[in-house]
Amino acid sequence: MMTVGLGHYLVVSAILLVLGIFGIFLNRKNVIVILMAIELILLAVNLNLVAFSAALGDLSGQVMAMLVLTVAAAEAAIGLAIVVVYFRNRGSIQVEDVNLMKG
Amino acid sequence: MIVNILFYLFATVLVASAATVVSARNPVHSVLFLILAFFNAAALFLIAGAEFLAMTLVIVYVGAVAVLFLFVVMMLDVNFAELRSGFQRYLGVGALVGVVLFVELVSVLGGWKLAPQAGQLRFAPIVSTMSNTEALGELLYTKYVFLFQAAGLVLLVAMIGAIVLTLRDRKTSRHQNIRQQTERKVADTLEMVTMSLGTGTGSEVYRPKIVEETADAHGHEEHGHGH
Repeated sequence: MMTVGLGHYLVVSAILLVLGIFGIFLNRKNVIVILMAIELILLAVNLNLVAFSAALGDLSGQVMAMLVLTVAAAEAAIGLAIVVVYFRNRGSIQVEDVNLMKG
Repeated sequence: MIVNILFYLFATVLVASAATVVSARNPVHSVLFLILAFFNAAALFLIAGAEFLAMTLVIVYVGAVAVLFLFVVMMLDVNFAELRSGFQRYLGVGALVGVVLFVELVSVLGGWKLAPQAGQLRFAPIVSTMSNTEALGELLYTKYVFLFQAAGLVLLVAMIGAIVLTLRDRKTSRHQNIRQQTERKVADTLEMVTMSLGTGTGSEVYRPKIVEETADAHGHEEHGHGH
């Protein structure tokens, strides 16, 4: 069923996840790159789901991956809309400037 | 054998481009490497046998999400050099968290194994007579139809939310105000004048009201179209 072993996929997915989380820490000020890092993390999740789906011979993992894809697209659209509105109001997208509510 | 070589090729390019996404100096380069990462992930999906998801990944991520990112990055006039000022400061803690997470993930990867009953517990076994797209469609529209509807709802809410967030009311645009139009009375805009003999056809005619003379509270507002 699967020509490449499950472990290979899991290792690639783990590296991708770690890179995404590392990217969130590295680009603490740039919201757009943080959103891209979140996309990378969701891609790692999808890779895991597809790999297990292929290894176990069960299609429901691919359905779940499709739902994750949907949520990722919606999240990117809403996140970028918020970034655009924020830039329009404040003229900056620095995460550290987001302190209007003193949270 | 050739599949294994292709897997390693695509996986290497995927990891390298993901590393470039988070470390690139220019966000436009980040977006372009994100597109490359998505293409390679789609190739990995293809190797795993998920053809439909691979094509969906290319269409949805590369065609929509990455282009959306590109639009926003190029539209916002941001000083990106200033945004990178804390780069070295967060490098240490980021690397620490990354290494800890990676060690944990590797230890999990080294220790887990499938349960012996896992082969019999499939919810939707892959049928070899159907193509991947066909099997996925049969599953999605029968067993997972509510999840499918919920996904559509999520997309609808996201669409409405994005429109509401970014919609700007322009002061110069002329909207049609239905309520003002239907509530308008004849007396608001027209007045009756008595004509003297020999100057007109009948005894009384309507003529447009001269607003400055009447000077009532809602003079300009009741014309049916806004300002």
